[in-house]
Amino acid sequence: MKTRHKVLIVDDEPHIRKLIHAALTRADYATVEAGTAREALALLKSERPDISLLDLGLPDRDGLELVPLFKRDSDTTLIIVSARDATDQKVAALDLGADDYLTKPFDTDELLARVRVALRNRMAKDGGAATVRAGDVEIDLLARTVTKVGHEVHLTPKEYAVLAQLAKFPGRVITHAQIMAHVWPNEHEHHVEYLRVLVRTLRQKLEDDPQRPQIIGNELGIGYRLRCITDADGEGRA
Amino acid sequence: MNDPDRRDPEAFLRQAAQEGRGRLKIFLGAAPGVGKTYEMLTDGMQRRRAGIDVVVGVVETHGRKETEALVQGHEVIPRQHVDHQGHRLGEMDIDAILARRPQLALVDELAHSNAPGSRHPKRYQDVEELLDAGIDVYSTVNIQHIESLNDVVASFTRVRVRETVPDSILEMAEIEMVDIPPDELIERLKEGKVYIPQEATRALGHFFSKSNLTALREMALRRAAQAVDAQMLDYVRAHALAGSFAAGERILVAISELPSAPGLVRAAKRLADALKAPWSAVHIETQRSLTLSEAERAQLADTMALASRLGATTATIAAPSVIDGLRHYVADARATQIVIGKSARSWWFELRHGSVVDALVRGIGDVAVHVLPGDDTARARPATSGRNARQWGKPADYLWSTLMIAAMTALGRLLVETIDLGNIALLYLVPVMFAAASFGLRAGLFAGLLSSLAYNFFFLPPTGTLTVNNPENVVSILVLLGVAIVTSQFAARVRAQADLAQSSARQNAALAGFSRQITASASREELMHAICAEVSRLLSVRTVLLLPSPDGPQLRAAVPPEDRLEQIEKAAAQWAMDNEQPAGRGSSTLTASDWLFHPLRTTRGVLGVLGLAREDAGQPLRSDQIPLLMSLLDQASIAFDRMALEEEMLDARQIFERDRLRSALLSSVGHDLRTPLTTILSATHELKRQCPSDLLDTVDAEARRLNRFVANLLDMARVEAGALPLKVEPTDLFDAVAGAVQDTRQSLLGHKVDVDISPDIPLVRVDPTLLHHCLINLLDNAGRYADPGTPVLIRGRRLPDAIALSVLDEGPGIPPGAEARIFDTFTRLEGSDRVKHGTGLGLAIVKGFAEAMGLRVAAASRTDPVGACFTITIPQSCILSDLPREDLL
Repeated sequence: MKTRHKVLIVDDEPHIRKLIHAALTRADYATVEAGTAREALALLKSERPDISLLDLGLPDRDGLELVPLFKRDSDTTLIIVSARDATDQKVAALDLGADDYLTKPFDTDELLARVRVALRNRMAKDGGAATVRAGDVEIDLLARTVTKVGHEVHLTPKEYAVLAQLAKFPGRVITHAQIMAHVWPNEHEHHVEYLRVLVRTLRQKLEDDPQRPQIIGNELGIGYRLRCITDADGEGRA
Repeated sequence: MNDPDRRDPEAFLRQAAQEGRGRLKIFLGAAPGVGKTYEMLTDGMQRRRAGIDVVVGVVETHGRKETEALVQGHEVIPRQHVDHQGHRLGEMDIDAILARRPQLALVDELAHSNAPGSRHPKRYQDVEELLDAGIDVYSTVNIQHIESLNDVVASFTRVRVRETVPDSILEMAEIEMVDIPPDELIERLKEGKVYIPQEATRALGHFFSKSNLTALREMALRRAAQAVDAQMLDYVRAHALAGSFAAGERILVAISELPSAPGLVRAAKRLADALKAPWSAVHIETQRSLTLSEAERAQLADTMALASRLGATTATIAAPSVIDGLRHYVADARATQIVIGKSARSWWFELRHGSVVDALVRGIGDVAVHVLPGDDTARARPATSGRNARQWGKPADYLWSTLMIAAMTALGRLLVETIDLGNIALLYLVPVMFAAASFGLRAGLFAGLLSSLAYNFFFLPPTGTLTVNNPENVVSILVLLGVAIVTSQFAARVRAQADLAQSSARQNAALAGFSRQITASASREELMHAICAEVSRLLSVRTVLLLPSPDGPQLRAAVPPEDRLEQIEKAAAQWAMDNEQPAGRGSSTLTASDWLFHPLRTTRGVLGVLGLAREDAGQPLRSDQIPLLMSLLDQASIAFDRMALEEEMLDARQIFERDRLRSALLSSVGHDLRTPLTTILSATHELKRQCPSDLLDTVDAEARRLNRFVANLLDMARVEAGALPLKVEPTDLFDAVAGAVQDTRQSLLGHKVDVDISPDIPLVRVDPTLLHHCLINLLDNAGRYADPGTPVLIRGRRLPDAIALSVLDEGPGIPPGAEARIFDTFTRLEGSDRVKHGTGLGLAIVKGFAEAMGLRVAAASRTDPVGACFTITIPQSCILSDLPREDLL
């Protein structure tokens, strides 16, 4: 018998909750809903959701404060839902431990894709896929090799470090700070320009058309995302 | 010259705290590679040869041969090894050094952070422990590691160092600047003679530019000079040396009451400007100051005011003599140059009082003395009848003296049988000393003369005559006269000092009371009234305060209340305002007025005038009240300045408050509009998914349009509010363009979008979000004006000193002459055959955002094919130079 995955929806707008509930139900997820931070924390303990969708603008508490509480009190995968121009807030939430984010207004397909990626990463955390596919590129995290259409691609150690960091959580956004902390572990000060240059050379080696990147996606002001196979499936709308 | 009274106790304490402690010497450099370590080792070697017990605590040779050779000559304390995360790190072994107890330890890289688990997190803390143990330490540091300069250095080198040394360490150290010219350093760098830590190599290209090095060098030199200056000051204070120790020039001008004094003040100001030195003006008040005439006092007050306006610190100090006063002041103010005037006094005056100039040159030592000639024609000194009257005293003084002498004579007659004749003479000392001390020299001499006559007549044989038989008795008469002279001189001096002290105490008390009164005022009106009331009370005059207005001076406050002034008074007030000079009675202008008007000068110019008059229509001010009035006016001006400043701050706060309200309103409107839109958009999408329909597509498209409209309104409001908060970061134009194309795929549905950006286009320093909005609006604009099916091209090109990012469409193009206007708010181009959707805000937002980031935008028509071309130009200053390749491997 198949158990349905449970998603906690935290938003003070009942219409948004209803909408998300409708979309998730269509995709056969179970949902619980909270309109305040207090309810959310209570449901987090009693319902133990696999995934939580958290709007940062709650009436009773600053959403950013909730992020560490969610990570501490449960093993839920946390997806932030917030407005277009709240870039700083998103970066802060991600660096505090949130797993991904979704910008309002969102396509419900996009929402489902995020939830799917989150679930897959949850399972990978337990089992762990050693190979990650994105488009025609395959990354073998154990052998530390990268192939494109079966041919090995030679990457510099730093290029590989960036790609591996993205491939550890395929489909999920990784912030600049998170990538740089792994690529230059000994440095206190990080300079985004080095990361940008590395991503550009990576794209030249991996993308069919580096001008329209399909494998390494840029998240404006936040970080990068590896567009992996299942993610691309979900986004097969445009 | 060691005057123990002048030692500064605090400086002494600081010095004492250093005793028994090791001394720290820091070799300060502008950048890595200047040779600090080399210099330290060489210096250490010299000390070693001089018999000092020197060890190397820790020195980083970075494999340099010369440095290693120098280390070889020293005893090196082996490093202590600390294991950290699998690395073996060698740190200075502080316990070994303490146990070894050398006289001097060489410790490289003061700013170094120790490995976790060491005794202190920072090496300078180790050094402090060594110093506490009485061990001298030599160390090295680069200027960018100084805590207070860290931000400044980071701001222009764009490299921030984490390892900093507190400034207090530098303040207790002797500093030696290790300096080589930037060109030489760059040369050494190219030759590979400079060791750069592995993690810093990528910052190298930028950090070691000539302009950076020059700036760093200047900072280092300045910091070293500053340290020397501060230490010198402490030394002088502690040892009370009255020698010349000033590290910078300090000018002092001595001011007298003479009309030539303003010339001296101006000369001193020019000298100070030329030397870029601080300067001060001092007037030495001696007992002679009491005898100054009214005009002279006024002149003195004017000269002091002039000096103060020209930027001097001014002081009036009381001293027994001008030379004494100047000598002390020169030492206190650490003046290096004195400007004084040579007064054309009579030879008789100079003989009696000595020439101030000569005495000064002899008494002050190695301070430059500039003597400027006095102005003879201006020196016509008015006869001072007041002074004479005082010296002659009142008739009552003489009466009292006579009565006392008569009383002594009567007493003497009673005692003459029982005591010696010589002792009778002593009785007369009492009235002589009393008269001299109480009534002055002339009354004293009078008493002396009368006493001797009385003594002669009533007691000296032959009595009843004024002849003297015994020459011994002549001595008694002379002694009486001598006592009169000496006593009166001393008494006069003491009295003069007391008078001076008393009058300045009165003045200070009056000023203190005044400033208390006026600082308590909360409003301009209150302040003006308080000034009038206080001046009226202190000087016993009627006062009015007038402020300028378009219809002439306007009465704003008066004590006692006054509602109108005569025409002549208004004229005087106006003149005083216009010329910044006193006018009216007692001044030199419009003297027919009953009132005297003084301007209130503030830092913002003349604020108004204060008028003074006496009830009995007499002279408004006595001359000795002028300095007090000047001080009161100064205080009043300061109070007005303070109030103006407070009002400005209040204004700024109101503007701030208004802006805050506006943005609060905007963001709440934005939120209220967008929250339902968000739901509508997402819900429509979900509906389309569940049951597709054309109507739903329409709802979706219109909702999207409304969403863009709201977003544009909010963006425009941000542009118009000014001061867009920028979050500039290195950005890849490929990302920027790809993101914009992705987000506009709905509005460009019918168009083919081509991207053509040079593969080697450098990174740029912009706010990625603002650039994204610029591109979205340009692409939207293209989608709106160009017919479906036509291609839209995004082109990025490297120009010699810029990057041009263009959006080209094949629409109708831009009407000639409209190229600039097109970016104005709500401009929509006419002449198009159908109404285009849009708000007319898009291009204005592009311009506003681009300019906020320092970019330029331009619109042009193109011909082959016909269409419009919008170009964002990114200037060189926003373009990142290429990064060192090796750091990307």
